[in-house]
Amino acid sequence: MTDNQAGANARLDKARALVEALEAGAKERSEALLQELGEMHENALFEELGRLTRELHEAINGFLLDERIQRIADFEIPDATERLKYVIQVTERAAHTTLEAVERGMPLVGALEADATDLTADWQRFRERRLDLGEFRELAQRLDAFLERTARDGSELHRLLGDVLMAQDYQDITGQIIRRVIELVHDVEQRLVQLVRLTGGRRELERPPEDGIAATGPAIPGTHRANVVQDQDEVDDLLSSLGF
Amino acid sequence: MNKNMKILVVDDFSTMRRIIKNLLRDLGFNNTHEADDGATALPILQSGHFDFLVTDWNMPGMTGIDLLKAVRADPKLRTLPVLMVTAESKRDQIIEAAKAGVNGYVVKPFTATTLEEKINKIFERVQAA
Repeated sequence: MTDNQAGANARLDKARALVEALEAGAKERSEALLQELGEMHENALFEELGRLTRELHEAINGFLLDERIQRIADFEIPDATERLKYVIQVTERAAHTTLEAVERGMPLVGALEADATDLTADWQRFRERRLDLGEFRELAQRLDAFLERTARDGSELHRLLGDVLMAQDYQDITGQIIRRVIELVHDVEQRLVQLVRLTGGRRELERPPEDGIAATGPAIPGTHRANVVQDQDEVDDLLSSLGF
Repeated sequence: MNKNMKILVVDDFSTMRRIIKNLLRDLGFNNTHEADDGATALPILQSGHFDFLVTDWNMPGMTGIDLLKAVRADPKLRTLPVLMVTAESKRDQIIEAAKAGVNGYVVKPFTATTLEEKINKIFERVQAA
């Protein structure tokens, strides 16, 4: 027999005795029995309350003594902040290196295109035998210069493209850094869930509504955001529906 | 379209300003100037004769939408064509920008073609008006 059943049987016996005493008109006996019944109930309540208090106390102590939490708060969160700042620095540097190379390369390519177009016209006239000797000498000189410049600018473009290539190593570096920060966030999340559980159940919360036009940065796949356009076409459709 | 028109590019990220300036240069616009948020952009706009404003939305200090509203409220700048180039992509935001009088809205990430298209469209309309 379990404690609960034993308790219930004891209460039932007392209750029967109380009915008998009341029927017999034994006033003192019935009052004594009533008192005993009340005490039995209170004792059970106090025991349960005591057990709950002890459990809560132990759980909170266990949580506070968890060294991991302390380490997260003292070192890992400040560390993660620095890491993310570094990600901004590294990506910015990579973008500028790439832009630098593009800005230097564009005029070189532009000049090569323009010269090739000019030369093609004169070359065509040469093939049709419409150039006189003087014009041909001039064309030959320009061709010489063009070939020389193509080789020189070609190797410069090669070097610039090499810079662009190397600048892409930011993806590897920032990827590793961000992955570690994600692990930390996950860790903190689990501990927060534990804490919420300790302090009394989870309520079903609705995602808080977003302020209609406050700036929130880029929309990110995998995060739930309502009412966001997916691409430029949707922007254009929306604007044209507004009379744009 | 006047390729010498004076353009102000407003974005808090210097890389994005640089990308937009490069794209504009590729389209033949060389007279470009920069500001890093609405608060620095507004006095620049008020003191120089700008023909076109390209602005981000989300910036510290003064945001792009507030800059747009300030431009529309300024009698001297009221008619300045404004193109918003931004990652902000909520329908309510686009509607808000339209109400505030934006001339075009491009969401990041965008392509050179999109930028060119929107600029052409804006100036076709400006010339037709």
